[in-house]
Order: sequence, then C-alpha cells, then structure tokens
Amino acid sequence: MKTYSSKLYLFVAILTSLLVSFFQDEINPYYFQIIIYIGINIILATSLNLINGFAGQFSLGHAGFMSLGAYTASLVSSTLHASSGNPVDILILPLALLLGGAVAALAGLLVGIPTLRLKGDYLAITTLGFGEIIRVVIQNLNFLGGARGFTGIPKLANFFWVFSVVSIVVFAISNLINSTYGKGFLAVRDDEIAAQAMGINTTKYKVIAFITGAFFAGIAGGLYAHFISYINPQQFSFIKSIEIVVMVIIGGMGSTVGVIIAAIVLTILPEALRGIAEYRMVIYSLMLVVIMISRPQGLFGKSFRLKELVAKFRRPPMSA
Amino acid sequence: MNILELKECCMKFGGLTAVSELNVEIGSTDLVGMIGPNGAGKTTVFNMITGIYQPTSGSVVFDRQEINDFRPYEIVAAGIARTFQNIRLFPNLTVFENVQVSLNKSLKHGFSHSILQLKNFHKEEHSVRETIMEILTIFKLEGVKDELATSLPYGDQRRVEIVRAIATKPKLLLLDEPAAGMNPTEKVDLMRLIKSVKEQFNIAILLIEHDMKVVMGICERIFVLDYGVKIAEGTPGQIKNNPKVIEAYLGEVVS
Ligand SMILES: Nc1ncnc2c1ncn2[C@@H]1O[C@H](COP(=O)(O)OP(=O)(O)O)[C@@H](O)[C@H]1O
Ligand SMILES: [Mg+2]
Repeated sequence: MKTYSSKLYLFVAILTSLLVSFFQDEINPYYFQIIIYIGINIILATSLNLINGFAGQFSLGHAGFMSLGAYTASLVSSTLHASSGNPVDILILPLALLLGGAVAALAGLLVGIPTLRLKGDYLAITTLGFGEIIRVVIQNLNFLGGARGFTGIPKLANFFWVFSVVSIVVFAISNLINSTYGKGFLAVRDDEIAAQAMGINTTKYKVIAFITGAFFAGIAGGLYAHFISYINPQQFSFIKSIEIVVMVIIGGMGSTVGVIIAAIVLTILPEALRGIAEYRMVIYSLMLVVIMISRPQGLFGKSFRLKELVAKFRRPPMSA
Repeated sequence: MNILELKECCMKFGGLTAVSELNVEIGSTDLVGMIGPNGAGKTTVFNMITGIYQPTSGSVVFDRQEINDFRPYEIVAAGIARTFQNIRLFPNLTVFENVQVSLNKSLKHGFSHSILQLKNFHKEEHSVRETIMEILTIFKLEGVKDELATSLPYGDQRRVEIVRAIATKPKLLLLDEPAAGMNPTEKVDLMRLIKSVKEQFNIAILLIEHDMKVVMGICERIFVLDYGVKIAEGTPGQIKNNPKVIEAYLGEVVS
C-alpha cells in the first residue's frame, strides 16, 4: 500500500524545501516571486479542492478565508516582531500562520453551518457574499490599515516555509481522501441521500471540509502577507476567489494532481503573456473557454483516472 | 421478538396523506413483502423508517427504541440499511469504494488519525480492506471491484447496492423494488440472492416489489398498501386470493 511511505515523501519534500531555501538568493527575484506565488496558489487550490472537488460544496469564498489568515498573521507577527530580535524569531512565522489559519477555520465553521442547507448556485452566491463582507469589514477597520492596507509586515516567508506548507497540505489532503474516513467526503459529493443512508453524517463532513479548507487558505494568506509585506483588501476580492475556483475546475474537480498542475500553469501563464500586454487577459480567458469546451471535466477530471483506464483495457469477465 | 414496529404511523404532505395509520410488525428474522399499486405510499414508508421523512404522527420502534427523531445516519448506526427504487450508487466511486463508504460508520479512527496516519491507522485500514474483499467475494463482485459502480450492467448495479447496504451490518434490510428493470434470469438470481442474504446474515428483510412472482416466491408474509392504507396482510396464498387486493390491482390496470 503506497500510503505507508507518505510520511517519507513529506519528510523528503520538507527537507528539499529547506535545502533550496539556502540558495534562494541566487534565483532571479522575478522568477523567485513567481515560484512563491505558485506555491501559495497550490495551497489555495488544493484546499479549495477539498471543499469544491471532494466534498462537492461549491464555495466562492476562498479569498475571504485567505484574507482572514493574512490579516491575523500580519497582526500577530507585527506585534511580536517589533519587540524582539532574539532566537525565538524563527517561531514567530509559524505561530502567526497557525493563528491566521485558526481564525480562518473558525470563519469556515461559521460559514459552513448556515450554508449547509444550501446547494449549488445558492451556496456559491452565499459564500461569495461572505467573502465580500469580510473585505468590506476589513476596509473599514482602521487598526488593520483600512482601505490603505496593512504595511510593514516582516518579510519572514521564504521558499522553505511556503513549500513546506505546500508539502503538508498535499500530504494531508491526499491521506485524507485515500482513507476510509475520507471516502465520506466523496460520498457526500456523489449522492447526499445515499451517503446518509449508508451511515455518513453528511452535516459533519460538509462542515469539516469547510473548516479544513479555510484553515489552509488562512495559512496561504499568512504566507502571502509575509512574502510581499504589504496587503490591502483589494487583493482579496472575489476576483481572487474566482481565480482559485478556475484552477480547481481546469485541473479537474477532485483530482489533486490536476489541480496542482492547473495552479502552476495558471500562475505562470499571465506572466508568460506579459510580452503582449494588452491581449494577455483575452488570451488567458480564451484558453479557459477552449479547455472548458473540449474537456468540461477539467484536464485531469473524472475520466482521467488511471485505475479506470487500466481497467478498461483488461475488463475482466463478469461473474454471475 | 419484533425488530421493527410501526405504530399508527401517518405521513402527510400538505393535504395529501401518503401513509395513513399504518401498523406493521416485523420479527427479527422475517422476510416480509410490501406490495401495492404505484403511488400507494410504499417508498414513503421506507423513507419514514430511515429518517428521510419524520412521521407526521405515530411511532417507529426499532430494536425496542423509538427512532422517530433519529437522523438517517443514526438509524443506520442503529441497524437499518436500505436500497433505493432508483439506484443511488456513488457514480464517481468504484465498486470497492462504494462498499468502503458503508464501513465508514464503524471506524475507530477519525480525521486526525487519517491525516497523520497515527498508530493503528494502517492496521484498521487493512482490516477494512479485508472486510470489503470478503463481502465482494461472497457476492462474486471481486472481479469488478475497481470498475466504476455505475458502469456495470443494470442487474449488477442492483446487486452492488444490496451489498453496500449489507456492508453496514444491518439487523433489518429494506429493499425498494430490487427486481425493477431486471430480466427474468436476473430476477431468478435476485431471489436466490435475497434468500441467501437472509440465511447467511440472519437478518430481517422488508421488501417492496411489483413482480408478483418474486414476492410470492420468497416472502413469508405480505402486506398490501392502497392509497396509504394497509388493506390486507397474510401469507402469499391468502394475499393472492384476497378480493380487496385483486380489486386494488384491477383498479390500477383499468386506470
Ligand atoms: N416529498 C414528497 N412531497 C409530496 N408528496 C410526496 C412526497 N413523497 C411522496 N409523495 C407522494 O406520496 C404518495 C406515495 O408515494 P410513494 O411512497 O413514492 O409511492 P410508491 O412507492 O408506493 O409508488 C404519492 O402520491 C407521492 O406523490
Ligand atoms: Mg416507490
């Protein structure tokens, strides 16, 4: 069983992140920034994939969770960082990220519960509204910088932190989905009534998906803030939520590998198209349209299941 | 001992009374049939028992415990499993995974154990896998375990649904028109399957079925619903010759 070695993969991935981070100053700063954004987008997209792709709850509020994490973490680190300069410094970022994740997770719980009765479009609109409410509230909170934004966030996030979190999120979500416990999410997505009738507490699973997804989005927000050191509410508008949803859909709802690839491609693409500045967004959008028409299930969605392909080639005879 | 008792159960949808003052008793190893014309309220009875609907009045007693207020998943935990009139397999899951969902409820490990794969996680996952393979082998589905459940022929899908229900280890199994859409050979297989399930697992079965050959062939006792009212109950022989039943069914043919 391959899950036996998943802890080893995680260990190797984190170690690699650490090694690479020693050389991060050698990398061209522009490319380096793109690489970090790729990491952050992978965290956002795979965590949203838990809610949208695996648990089947269409959420459009991921940027809201992200901003809660970003602002909470920034508040924590700015407060602690100012007053220190000693060896505990290294603990400031993880602490800030965890608190940011926790606040986002709490919001996930608060959004999760009332939206349980909603499905499809209604749920999407409600979560979209939730994200916008958070943005507007932050815009009016002076101690968070209001519309001007939050400045002077210590630049603590580096390659190591971002890609360790990427590894942890991918590890956590893959383990979850491959486990018998995690099959509950897929059952809720595929048929809620049947899931209940097979003993699944569907309410609990939906809320857990929201809490877990929000937690990781919060952490992604914290990493983002501590990388660019300045955040403002506009960065977390519903456009950001849609960007993440697009990664999930293009990657193929419910395929972790697909969603990771989509996050990479869709982070690089707008940058690669910078040369033709004014047509950039047109081409970007056009590509999305073409992909959606030719592969509505996403690049790696449903019908790209290796198991299934193999099964098709050697379909065993049915026994009576 | 009765495993299930419906006492004066009513189910109203607005002005429509789908089930009216229904009394039913099922013993712990009975194989009982429920028949009646379309729209008689049979599926509604199942939905009342399994917590999808709450009875408007009356009480559902399972294993000496009133379960009216139980949520559907709590009812499964108490020991009732069901299949659906319109097959409801998980379309994106394989046959194996469809059965795996049913074992979720009896897991000892939860969220954090599954993510961190803490101690005993692998042991329990391993035993879950073994249990699934055992069940699949009993029902001769091990050869298609990695196929999408909904890609199987219709008769096999019905079988997977029954297997999935059994995997929850029920004391009472509710089957909603399991023979619907099957060809005669598949029906014969189904009858054999239902009988063997009852014997192997020593459980009670309540079966809704339109095909009289199937119902009369395997049920020890049958009750008849018409417009939500129980109009007859007895052995297959008694039911066959009951004038009220004949009338209810003739009524359907005419209309
Ligand atoms: N959720 C519901 N809302 C309104 N009416 C319903 C609902 N469920 C069932 N009914 C009605 O109850 C009656 C019995 O339906 P059903 O139990 O499905 O019949 P059967 O399974 O015997 O064919 C029908 O008239 C049906 O339209
Ligand atoms: Mg019915």
